[in-house]
Amino acid sequence: MRRRDGGKAAQRLLIAVALAFLAAFLVVPLVAVLTQAFEQGWRVYWASVTEPDARSAIRLTLLTALVVVPLNTVFGVAAAWAIAKFRFPGRAILITLIDLPFAVSPVISGLVFVLLFGANGVFGPWLAAHGVKVIFAFPGLVLATLFVTVPFVARELIPLMQEQGTEMEEAAIALGASGWQTFWRVTLPNIKWGLLYGVILLNARAIGEFGAVSVVSGHIRGETNTLPLHVEILFNEYNFTAAFAVASLLTLMAVVALAAKSVVAWRTDRTLIPASAAQAGPTDIQP
Amino acid sequence: MTAASSTRSSSRARRSALPGLGLTLGCTLLYLSVVVLVPLAALVLRAADLSWSQYWTTVTAPRAVASYRLTLGASLAAAGLNGVFGLLVAWVLVRYRFPGRRLVDAIVDLPFALPTAVAGIALTAVYAPNGWIGGILYSWGFPVAYAPAGVVVALTFIGLPFVVRTVQPVLEDLDPEIEEAARSLGATPFQTTARIIIPTVLPALATGTALAFARAVGEYGSIVFISGNLPMRTEMTTVLIMARLEQFDYAGATALASVMLAMSFVLLLGVNLMQWVARRRMA
Repeated sequence: MRRRDGGKAAQRLLIAVALAFLAAFLVVPLVAVLTQAFEQGWRVYWASVTEPDARSAIRLTLLTALVVVPLNTVFGVAAAWAIAKFRFPGRAILITLIDLPFAVSPVISGLVFVLLFGANGVFGPWLAAHGVKVIFAFPGLVLATLFVTVPFVARELIPLMQEQGTEMEEAAIALGASGWQTFWRVTLPNIKWGLLYGVILLNARAIGEFGAVSVVSGHIRGETNTLPLHVEILFNEYNFTAAFAVASLLTLMAVVALAAKSVVAWRTDRTLIPASAAQAGPTDIQP
Repeated sequence: MTAASSTRSSSRARRSALPGLGLTLGCTLLYLSVVVLVPLAALVLRAADLSWSQYWTTVTAPRAVASYRLTLGASLAAAGLNGVFGLLVAWVLVRYRFPGRRLVDAIVDLPFALPTAVAGIALTAVYAPNGWIGGILYSWGFPVAYAPAGVVVALTFIGLPFVVRTVQPVLEDLDPEIEEAARSLGATPFQTTARIIIPTVLPALATGTALAFARAVGEYGSIVFISGNLPMRTEMTTVLIMARLEQFDYAGATALASVMLAMSFVLLLGVNLMQWVARRRMA
């Protein structure tokens, strides 16, 4: 009896320490963004997020995400199909290569494109002669964001599609379905939640990327400034209220992404656990 | 022919019954080459182009060496903090039931979703000498923002989900009955923790901590505001590379970037090796 009371007290203590840690590192900063953003009232907040530079930053950020998210989604699905449904030599190396951008610093992810397409880069003179601007322009922002977000969808789908095996697709093909029909009617419905999960993470990163984009953007206000870069400029100008007001938009995006992610995770848990438990045997055998 | 080899060959034949390998693999390789591999190769080639003496002076300059020391030291400190508190958070989330547990579980992923620049300015505001937490610590003579401690705080923020999300599934699989058996055999809670729980989660904990460390080494957005970027004291290597770029010193930036890239590859290799060892131990 005494021991159990001791256990309860220890449990409460551990919960309290864990929550205090999370509060100091995650919750307090989150609350700080909102309080600082509204420090001077609604009107200043509204003005900060609707002034022309902020609006152009919002537009540029959304436009970048609009190009990057579909491209890397299609890439992720194609890569997962090849890797999860087939065996071929070099498969393990390919998985590592897809994960590579996660291991590379964002600053380096931007730098590589400056070295390729910058004024004195490999293709710099050729681009200049043809009047094409990549660095300090929209294409550079897209390339840097593409690089950084390459792994997101593939990473979610590869383990999921491996777990599901190939039997259902094989049955569809045997019954006369074409490859595309098999993908749209059999594979896609099976992976849709995992795919959505990956796309949510991909989108959040594409919108929020800072380091890589910072290198290639040139920080031209109203032209090549994405939302995170706009936050940086405002903060460095000691315009804190405006900086936090714009940051609160990005925070809202992050909170929505987290909520969507939780819903999706909850749904996949409900629909996939029986399937994965049933297939745990065969997938374990595969190297 | 043995039965095993015949099933293997038949399963291989069945595998190729699915269409699309050529198309998807081709697209994957082409896309990956254009977006990731060729640009990275450009960096390596550019670094190789530099003369050896120029390269060596750049990467061993006192300011660069000080930045490596801060980068590795602060990343290690943050990874250590995350190792301890990440394990605790994962344990509390898996084993205990308390109001708001699901919300807490969701919020652990915040560092994955929140743009690093936002995290950076938010942590700076909270941990600055006039901030909510930083003010208290400052009055105790312990400045956080604009000091190495600020870098550790930001890197801890960034790395936390790596540890929690790697350890959590292993703890979920750990059967409480084993601990109960140990306890009924007379083991103290401390012995149960040291002999059963820690050894089971150790491979996952090591992997998660290494991932947090690797992420911390290359971090830029969250540390650039809070560190103060004082050369020789609070300047991270990524910030130094950025400073070189702003002065259009591409050779210097490339040389430093190649050092960081080498570090990242060693870490990636280390993490893969650890996962391989963990999988072998599990099997």
